[in-house]
Amino acid sequence: MGKLFLKSKEIVIPGELIGEGDFETVGGVYREGKKIYASRVGLLEIEGNLIKVIPLAGVYIPNKNDLVIGRIVDIGFSGWLVDIGAPYMANLPVGETLSEFVDLLKVDLSKFLDVNDLILARVINVPKSKMIQLSVKNITPKKLEGGKIIKITPYKVPRVIGKKGSMINMIKEYTKCNIIVGQNGWIWIKGTLTGEIKATKAILMIERESHVSGLTKKVKEMLEGALK
Amino acid sequence: MRSDGRKNDELRKIEAKVGVISSADGSAYFKIGNTAVVAAVYGPRELHPKHLQDPEKSVLRCYYNMTTFSVPERKSPSPGRREIELSTAIKRALEPTIFIEEFPRTAIDVYTYVLEADAGTRCASICAASMALADAGIPMRDLVSAVAAGKVKDQIVLDLTKEEEDTEPCTDVPIAYMPNKKWITLIQLDGEVTAEELREIIKLGIKGCLQIYEIQKKALKKKYVRI
Repeated sequence: MGKLFLKSKEIVIPGELIGEGDFETVGGVYREGKKIYASRVGLLEIEGNLIKVIPLAGVYIPNKNDLVIGRIVDIGFSGWLVDIGAPYMANLPVGETLSEFVDLLKVDLSKFLDVNDLILARVINVPKSKMIQLSVKNITPKKLEGGKIIKITPYKVPRVIGKKGSMINMIKEYTKCNIIVGQNGWIWIKGTLTGEIKATKAILMIERESHVSGLTKKVKEMLEGALK
Repeated sequence: MRSDGRKNDELRKIEAKVGVISSADGSAYFKIGNTAVVAAVYGPRELHPKHLQDPEKSVLRCYYNMTTFSVPERKSPSPGRREIELSTAIKRALEPTIFIEEFPRTAIDVYTYVLEADAGTRCASICAASMALADAGIPMRDLVSAVAAGKVKDQIVLDLTKEEEDTEPCTDVPIAYMPNKKWITLIQLDGEVTAEELREIIKLGIKGCLQIYEIQKKALKKKYVRI
């Protein structure tokens, strides 16, 4: 153990000295010798020997096994190019999409997925070159039809989902909407018009106030108030 | 005493704000005296054309621009020699602070617009840009603070105004500084000074940067504490 210069639950900015000594670190921090600095704007969390900075902003950087929502932007010879909100385009090969054999020379791939279609997919590989591989095997629904998409900061997805899905289930219950949250911060909502508006409002409120405590209660109040 | 009533080691009045442009990933507004700058950061995002991509790290692109109404005489909006040079200077001042190796094959775009110019626009741009970068959630080693110090007639002064810059003889030294790392990332010199005086000017400039850093820090934290 070493010295700590800041308290838990504080907002940190890049370059702020958090502690000195043998700590374990996760998230937006970097080390220099024994000193530990924050590298991003985030919420500091200290649990025993673990220093954690939860970033409050930033673009989506894909990780293996993330479930993401993407939009098809191009059709290639043997797969699709998918925008998943990351700085890199992702590739969805035919082999990871269709279970039956397809003769690529004879079949038009736009029959299965066309440009601008929304899909739910899993990131199966992020190599060092950042050529991201997607797969839709064992995922239902593969294609998201209708509904609307809202985009939030990917670092706030855990708050939208809540502990064991408590937050998202509450929103689903109150608005009667079908909601799918991608790890990349894209959220697909389908339901009645008023339900969609209500759900959007709730999710945007969570994004805006994700670092405030007592959020579940606040969202519940808002959803109940909006129902009247 | 100086023409605007400040002490020699006193900064002009500073105003800093984060998150002023909703469509940008990160943005900041920085005003020092009569100099006002707004900065917007986009990215890391895909870089096109592809041959500009670096497989090892992200490419930082900075654009410094002065609005047509920022100076008494209308300024042509096209970037000239001065704008291109300052864009590069700002890029070099910011690059050491960013962990660019975390985002291979991408670009980070930094746009700074001078809304009002009264000397020290490059320093104000660097201050605003570093705040906007932090606001965009880009991993950084430290914030960058910048201010000009110099010598007007025989006085060593901090944070020169346009009026002071135009008096003869005048030496102007813009300094960008990373307060926690203690790195100087930009230093330029326009005029004549002795080595001894330069040392004094740099010391004064760093003192000013530390004051600016506190304001930047407060502005960044304020965005989240406010709610």
